Amino acid sequence: MNLLEILSYGFIQRALLAGVLIALLCSVLGVFLVLRRLSLIGDGLAHVTFGSTAIALALKFYSALSLLVSMPIVLLASLGILKLTEKGRLSGDTAIGLVSALGISAGVILASVGGGYNVDLLSYLFGNILSIRSEEVAIAALLCVGVMLLVTLYYHELFAISFSDELAQVSGIRTSYINAILVLLTALSVVLAMKLVGIMLISALLIVPAASALQLARGFKVCIILAALQGCGSVVIGIIVSIMANLPASASIVMVNLLFFAAACLTRRILYPKHSN
Amino acid sequence: MPGRIVTTELLSCSYREGRVLEDISVQVERGDYVGIVGPNGSGKSTLVKALLGLVAISSGSARLFGTPLADFREWHKIGYLPQSLHLVNPVFPSTVHETVGLGLLSTKRFPKRLNRSDHGIISKTLDELSILDLEHKLIGELSGGQLQRVLLARAIVNNPELLVLDEPTAALDPETRDRFYTMIADINRSRGVTVLLVTHDSGAIGEHASKMLYLDKKVLFYGSFDQFCCSPEMSSLFGEHSQHLMCHRH
Repeated sequence: MNLLEILSYGFIQRALLAGVLIALLCSVLGVFLVLRRLSLIGDGLAHVTFGSTAIALALKFYSALSLLVSMPIVLLASLGILKLTEKGRLSGDTAIGLVSALGISAGVILASVGGGYNVDLLSYLFGNILSIRSEEVAIAALLCVGVMLLVTLYYHELFAISFSDELAQVSGIRTSYINAILVLLTALSVVLAMKLVGIMLISALLIVPAASALQLARGFKVCIILAALQGCGSVVIGIIVSIMANLPASASIVMVNLLFFAAACLTRRILYPKHSN
Repeated sequence: MPGRIVTTELLSCSYREGRVLEDISVQVERGDYVGIVGPNGSGKSTLVKALLGLVAISSGSARLFGTPLADFREWHKIGYLPQSLHLVNPVFPSTVHETVGLGLLSTKRFPKRLNRSDHGIISKTLDELSILDLEHKLIGELSGGQLQRVLLARAIVNNPELLVLDEPTAALDPETRDRFYTMIADINRSRGVTVLLVTHDSGAIGEHASKMLYLDKKVLFYGSFDQFCCSPEMSSLFGEHSQHLMCHRH
């Protein structure tokens, strides 16, 4: 099968479009999360997504409808992580661990009560972008526009809290409000991304493009653009490679991302040897 | 222009370990350069953080520019420079220009955008502090002294009326530290900016500060540097010899 033939299939076009949109969201938000040392929030929220998907499937809500159940639950969990960090005398990683444990154990219990793991639930564990439906692409597109609009409007506030909460506060920025926006946008992106790379690999989509961009970027805006380019590029390359080599799409996308990361580290060593250690 | 910039009345702050500040009542007038000194754990940083709303006040009150702290919204009047080495993530990817631009956000309404004139102000501020050549460097590539100047540029780029500096020279060598203090004194004089500077280096700051606030959970002294050097309370606290060394002007 040649490239043009691959691209002529409707299901592949849908997968590429949705994949690029979701990767764009994850990689842009990932820069802020990594710099705020909240990079594992994606993992924690993915586990909550697993639990919420088990609830959706138990209620017989499938495909796009399952998003209706998952989204409010994951949004609440993201605010829960924030509150535990702010008020619960817990560090971010401990709060993420607690919420993550709740999500995954609830999912396992519900799956067990509902007659064990079925194909649908497993597809959420490892992702199945090639089976994405038109209505799911439409939801991804709508959310992508909404999230990118908010990121654009709050760009400087997000930049400021990533640099320093304390300085942002003294600049009159309501840091708890901006933090809440960041984790809520992340929660929405995680729910969408579970179809693309699956619950097990979502955090890679958030972290790896940002980590690569940090190796090379000379400027904050440049860092976001580089992360977005890598996120989108790795989805396109990953999906095409997976079809041509008959490999799972989710793992292929993550492996391409990791190759980009290795290349970025190598390039940094060559371009900026003084700052590589 | 006369006016009271900072007023505290019986201000107290507590952490879980207990009271850090007790009944602090001070007034800072426009144009003052106040050196806040005291031993480790005396509550110096807590006091300036409480004044900026970063630490909760357990009792008493504080006013900034005559407005109770809880109602204060004119953050563009304030420039703040924290202990920089604790602040900066060495892999943070922003350039010096972008970082200094963050200081202008307090002057902007939603959606906050920097225009061409703002970029001109950023470059002009960097030029004033003789660091324009660093404009496109990443902050992770700077030395301690350069980073300190960049964060100072960030603190003054919005042309503040009150500049708060929390142990800004902690990581600097004595020569760079003295240059830094001179720079702050120039800003205080040329721009008429009121300065609150936390340091444990009372000797070096005394050369520039118009007032000294000596804290050890309570206010032990608040007055001019000359009064500080003649104060019998300070003499009994430090011993005459140490007081003489501390007050010896370079």
